[in-house]
Amino acid sequence: MRKTRPAGHRDGLTRRALLRTTLGAAALGVMPDATQAQEPSPDTTKRWGRLPNALGARSPAENPRRTLNPPTSSRTPLQDLHGTLTPSDLHYERHHSGLAVVDPRAYRLLVHGMVDRPLTFTLDDIKRFPAATRTCFLECSGNFFGTREETTPQDVCGLTSQTEWTGVMLSTIFTEVGAHAGATWFLAEGQDAAVMTRSIPIKEVLGDAMLAYAQNGEALRPEQGYPVRLLLPGIEGNACVKWLRRIELSDQPFMTREETSKYTDPLADGTARQFSLVMDARSVITSPAYPQAIEKGFVEIRGIAWSGRGVVRRVEISTDGGRTWKAATLQQPVLPKAHTRFRYAWQWDGRPTEIVSRAVDETGYVQPEMSALRSARGRRTRYHLNPVTGWTIAADGRVRFAVERVRV
Amino acid sequence: MSRPLIVPAAFFLAAALVMAQTPPKRLGIGLPATQEQIAALDIDVRPDGTGLPSGSGSAREGAGIYAQKCAACHGAAGEGGTADPLVGAEPSEAPPFGPDYERWRNGRPDVPFTIGNYWPYATTVFDYVRRAMPASAPGSLTADETYALTAWLLARNGIIADTDALNAETLPRVRMPARARFVRDNRKGGTEVK
Repeated sequence: MRKTRPAGHRDGLTRRALLRTTLGAAALGVMPDATQAQEPSPDTTKRWGRLPNALGARSPAENPRRTLNPPTSSRTPLQDLHGTLTPSDLHYERHHSGLAVVDPRAYRLLVHGMVDRPLTFTLDDIKRFPAATRTCFLECSGNFFGTREETTPQDVCGLTSQTEWTGVMLSTIFTEVGAHAGATWFLAEGQDAAVMTRSIPIKEVLGDAMLAYAQNGEALRPEQGYPVRLLLPGIEGNACVKWLRRIELSDQPFMTREETSKYTDPLADGTARQFSLVMDARSVITSPAYPQAIEKGFVEIRGIAWSGRGVVRRVEISTDGGRTWKAATLQQPVLPKAHTRFRYAWQWDGRPTEIVSRAVDETGYVQPEMSALRSARGRRTRYHLNPVTGWTIAADGRVRFAVERVRV
Repeated sequence: MSRPLIVPAAFFLAAALVMAQTPPKRLGIGLPATQEQIAALDIDVRPDGTGLPSGSGSAREGAGIYAQKCAACHGAAGEGGTADPLVGAEPSEAPPFGPDYERWRNGRPDVPFTIGNYWPYATTVFDYVRRAMPASAPGSLTADETYALTAWLLARNGIIADTDALNAETLPRVRMPARARFVRDNRKGGTEVK
């Protein structure tokens, strides 16, 4: 096993020699090994750090966590994130009967109904198709809460997250099975204990619908539908069925429970809006926000804005409770149907006030006040609430959720 | 002299290169699904009754099943508990939203959304109960049990009689009170708040 080295070749520190040296040193307690946790040191320059390891971890000083709303959901800590991507382990969850643990080797997707060739696909089959990658937000349409001043951005609207998804375009699968020209809807069915089903109108989604198997560069997390989920950019999360087991093409919707008794919008005129799929434009200031306290002087107001109808055109900030508005800077590139980071440089003069954001998307839609939503829809609508929200700043710098702005 | 030959040759060569880089429309991936494979998974029931299995049940037969398998979460009379209320046709003149309801309410506490006052299709009750209920053992009910439970829920909401038998023929004919209330989404973006 050990090769004799030719003489005269000991000038370089070979990998094996280095390994021997470091392992020996580690054994003696002189140097850390690959797994050893290290306390922060006042001077990190006087001792080797831990060696490379097989799986990274966050700094022990950083502790972002989803908040739990058992038994159905957990929320992304928007106030702890920078940029626009949501780390996969912090993506919000919304399950209807818990998450399904699926064996990828046993996984099959059935595509049938109004098709020339009903087919089943293994996970390998799905990965063999030409792939596509898309960065977009995914948001639950029941994503609004705000009845207390002690409310964080995570509480207000933590049921939205953003991911770089990879998968196969649904149109590619439809070509493979020979979708009939008369097929106008498809049923997406999951293999969780709810056997979750939604009917999706084909024309509205086929341009960017995907079967996603990867999330931020790696396989989907179990809670995001491993091994395959439906991804409909811009459309409410419930329709993006996880643990996808079956797609059935049809010429009519199936009228499942989640598109009749749930995820519909009772309106002021006595009708109930059905298949309200697209997520309208929205924004939220993630800093400063409760429970922060700010100091007089420079404050960068930061947040995210998004629209299910395309790109965010602009985000407007008010630092005087909505009397005057100024444009925030949007971090480029601004992607369609994606969280867009906005920032606004502000000098706080120390007087109590309220800071507010509102998004405008490419259709000209302006994120509405709650009062406008209520007068358009009535009291009892529960989904697709995307009101303008703000934060009050007290004289002592304490930041609280502006409850009055969203009171119905 | 050779020019007329070169042009078509170059054209065909270019065409061949383009074809080589464009994948065929069908890639030949996947296996044909058999009728047995489809039947094993295809459990959905549509408003016109497509997908309903053979079998039958009435509210009288459903009462005992409900008490045993549903009441713990949904309440003994379907009034709700840890899970949604299922029974409650109030107000009888209108579903629990809209101007008629607001006039009816007149200071009364809000009534919950239930099968009786909000669900637009009776077939959805069967479909959902069969696929997802009871929460302690989803997908465990027989077709007869599911028909019977559906009948009990519809009878308690005053939509059918206790003795009415539901089956693949009768269930799609049940007309739900809120049926005509449902409309397609009319939001389109733009300046109007809808």
